[in-house]
Amino acid sequence: MGKNSIVMVKQVPDTANISGQVMRDDGTVNRAKLPAIFNHEDRVALELALRIQDQEGGKITAITMGPPRASDILRECLYMGADEAVLISDRKFAGADTLATSYVLSEAIKKIGHYDFIFAGRQAIDGDTAQVGPQTAEKLNIPQITYVEEILETTSKTVKVKRKIDGGFEILESTLPVLLTVLKDACFPRPFKAKRLMAYKNAKTLMELESLTEENSLLYIDRLKEEHIAKNLYIQTLTMDDLQLDITRCGIHGSPTKVHKVESVVLAGGNHETIPPTKEGMANLVAELMDNHILG
Amino acid sequence: MGNNINTDVWVFVEQRSGKPAEVSFELLSKGLKLAENLKGKLKSVVIGSDVKDIAKETFKYGAEEALVVDDPELHNYLTMPYSRILNELVEKHKPRIVLFGATVIGRDLAPRVASHTKSGLTADCTDLQISDVTYLKKEYKDLLLQIRPAFGGNIIATIITPDNEIQMATVREGVMKMEPLSKPVKGKITEVPYTPNGIDDIIRIIDQYRTENKVNLKAAPIIVAGGYGMGTVDNFKLINELAATIGGEVAGSRAAVDAGFVPPERQVGQTGVTVRPKLYIACGISGAIQHRAGMQESNKIIAINTDPEAPIFGVAHYGIVGDAMQIIPMFINAFKEKLR
Repeated sequence: MGKNSIVMVKQVPDTANISGQVMRDDGTVNRAKLPAIFNHEDRVALELALRIQDQEGGKITAITMGPPRASDILRECLYMGADEAVLISDRKFAGADTLATSYVLSEAIKKIGHYDFIFAGRQAIDGDTAQVGPQTAEKLNIPQITYVEEILETTSKTVKVKRKIDGGFEILESTLPVLLTVLKDACFPRPFKAKRLMAYKNAKTLMELESLTEENSLLYIDRLKEEHIAKNLYIQTLTMDDLQLDITRCGIHGSPTKVHKVESVVLAGGNHETIPPTKEGMANLVAELMDNHILG
Repeated sequence: MGNNINTDVWVFVEQRSGKPAEVSFELLSKGLKLAENLKGKLKSVVIGSDVKDIAKETFKYGAEEALVVDDPELHNYLTMPYSRILNELVEKHKPRIVLFGATVIGRDLAPRVASHTKSGLTADCTDLQISDVTYLKKEYKDLLLQIRPAFGGNIIATIITPDNEIQMATVREGVMKMEPLSKPVKGKITEVPYTPNGIDDIIRIIDQYRTENKVNLKAAPIIVAGGYGMGTVDNFKLINELAATIGGEVAGSRAAVDAGFVPPERQVGQTGVTVRPKLYIACGISGAIQHRAGMQESNKIIAINTDPEAPIFGVAHYGIVGDAMQIIPMFINAFKEKLR
């Protein structure tokens, strides 16, 4: 009895390594200059799914919503051990906030079909909102457990997990299917398998197949696609039309939150008193703080 | 949008095993100001078992009405019943604003309610204001400005939810100030019956372990914080030593937490705790906006950093350019000498 998992992954800008080039003079972010990376907690989520698969079998499908270049992290999922990868991509999805994103993801998951688990990282480093997981679970009308630290036990119908709570932890048991969001400390993701890397490095999405040819012939692209499917090298690509989505709920139109104003961070004047890094400097500083009853 | 729009501000009052979370009272204090700006009412929502005293406590912070769902089955937070109850309440009453603490519970619950009611939700706001807004050439009255650092702290974004009736936000503990009224409001308790549903026990608590308030950074008069610049776990021990010497609490930046120098409950900043101590000593902390957001209202700030251009000096009262590894021991000695 295998268990099927869907793992939601995200390609994120490496916000921890923002260089001067990335920030424009007007304080806006030049996203094209940002290196894109696999959100770490999502990789941990995939590892948890793989560990269940190691024990019980079943199929793992990695999905992401993003621009065409997000296929990079889907290939990484295949290298790690995911059985299938799905790119959900359409220009009309651009500018989506968490609500619009969860709508598209939940519709894609409905199309993918049967699952026992949905896994995701707790949050993505570009927004740190931790919202898409629970919002997707609500739309699918399934339970969720957030902040998962460890999977303790699975039965044919249930899972028992340890999760973090404020000031401690709790052990929860949920009936399947359930969506789990995972903390980075839950486990260490396995490295790519060399054999899988060789096998899947040429896996391609529909957009990538289209860019292979100058010809705009649908027939030719269809043939390429058939070839890739036959060789198990096609990354399923779902667009707005494939999912028959309500356009008013996608992308910027489907996003209730809007960015009204963006300000670059301006530092306050810096009116501090400079203390020399010396014994005397410290003695004077300590004396001043103690005289003002701030210390001691 | 029509004129008959609801102007109520709701605060979800979180309780853990019957004890209210401080962040909920902080949010009530902020919510009262927002409600005054909107000329609306502040209301609290309390879900749990035996929680009427908590509901009454919210009147001290200006709530005019407490919506209470009280049932032994609801003693502990569980995603399914709590989100179902709140979904139904929000759907029925359509408050203008709903605020949640950005706690584990708040971050589990708020997105479900936002998803169900198709509301906008902004996480980890560092400020909330009411203002008229012109957005895409349209005029909007009295929108909630949801202000938060974004993109690795390089920008501060003001988020709005212009075309939605319901605006939701989460706020971390300590960001808003808790301000009990000198005279409590004569509030009203409205009991909402709990009707169990088959999905409510789809998740069950097997065991729960919680230690009571080990760390209370918010209440500490002196905080010594270290950053990634401390370099190693071993070097970070100097932070502990300085804190122990001068009677302070140890804290860290997010980078220090991520590097494993200091546990997450001691993180100061946008995604940690916001503090306002008498003295804050920042050692090897560059001072990204997310960190500064959590400490810049400290009474006195000492910054120690090798980089004279580090943003932390922008909020410091005393700046020391140099290696914390050398300066901290000098500071400790100076303090001990002075005490002698």
